[in-house]
Amino acid sequence: MNSTTEITSASLGDPVFLQDLRQQMMRFATLQLSDAHLAEDAVQEALIGALKSANRFGGRAALKTWVFAILKNKIADVLRRRQRLHEVDLVLHSDEEGEDFRGLFDARGFWRADERPAAWGDPYQAVHSAQFWRVFESCLDHLPNQQARVFMMREFIELETPEICEAVGITVSNLNVMLHRARLRLRECLENNWFAAGETPC
Amino acid sequence: MLNCNEVTQLFSESQERKLTLKETMDLKLHTLMCTGCRNFGKHMQALRIFARSYAQGEGAAKHLPLGSESDQSKPE
Repeated sequence: MNSTTEITSASLGDPVFLQDLRQQMMRFATLQLSDAHLAEDAVQEALIGALKSANRFGGRAALKTWVFAILKNKIADVLRRRQRLHEVDLVLHSDEEGEDFRGLFDARGFWRADERPAAWGDPYQAVHSAQFWRVFESCLDHLPNQQARVFMMREFIELETPEICEAVGITVSNLNVMLHRARLRLRECLENNWFAAGETPC
Repeated sequence: MLNCNEVTQLFSESQERKLTLKETMDLKLHTLMCTGCRNFGKHMQALRIFARSYAQGEGAAKHLPLGSESDQSKPE
């Protein structure tokens, strides 16, 4: 708590903005590191680093981009240093993630009629909507933990396959299966709750 | 011919590695005839853009007006 107050008074002086930012960073870091203390450290370091040079930023959007860039680097460092610590974790959770996607495909592996991906129109309009990002975050939250972790390592931190496999202690084919499942789930969640919400698929 | 499940696997893996020539041909052949998988392929590209934007610090909080109370995770 003390350090938060320090940061607040240090430069930006808007507790609401900082609290929102901090909350978003914590969510991001915690999911990645699955350790609240490590996440707290990474977020704190990134915030302090960024706020030191805060007056160089024209606006909040630029500051936020910068803070997240620093945070991503800190998380990547921790992940690269950590090796195979989560092997046990992964085995324990394999039941949770072991479910197949028979609900999406029929016995021959073709889309069931009501699960067939629909056209999304212009999906890139969505990035301008606060409501969309809330749906996105909630879809991420609903992924099984290990799937969310590898998805975020790949797509947020932009680690390559060998780096992720080493950090998590899984094989390439494990990783491919987990990413495939995460993407199937996320896609479906976004379609049901945003892109096709209120429409019936044909 | 590949089924839709296999095609979605290839689409997913194409985000991590370059597909072989045969895989690419199989994918093309299937998506010519299958709207669902064609859409799925586009959605994978969109998903990557969304994720990268999110990691740049996009997200609900950024788009809210200052001091807004609509962040439901905030305690009263």
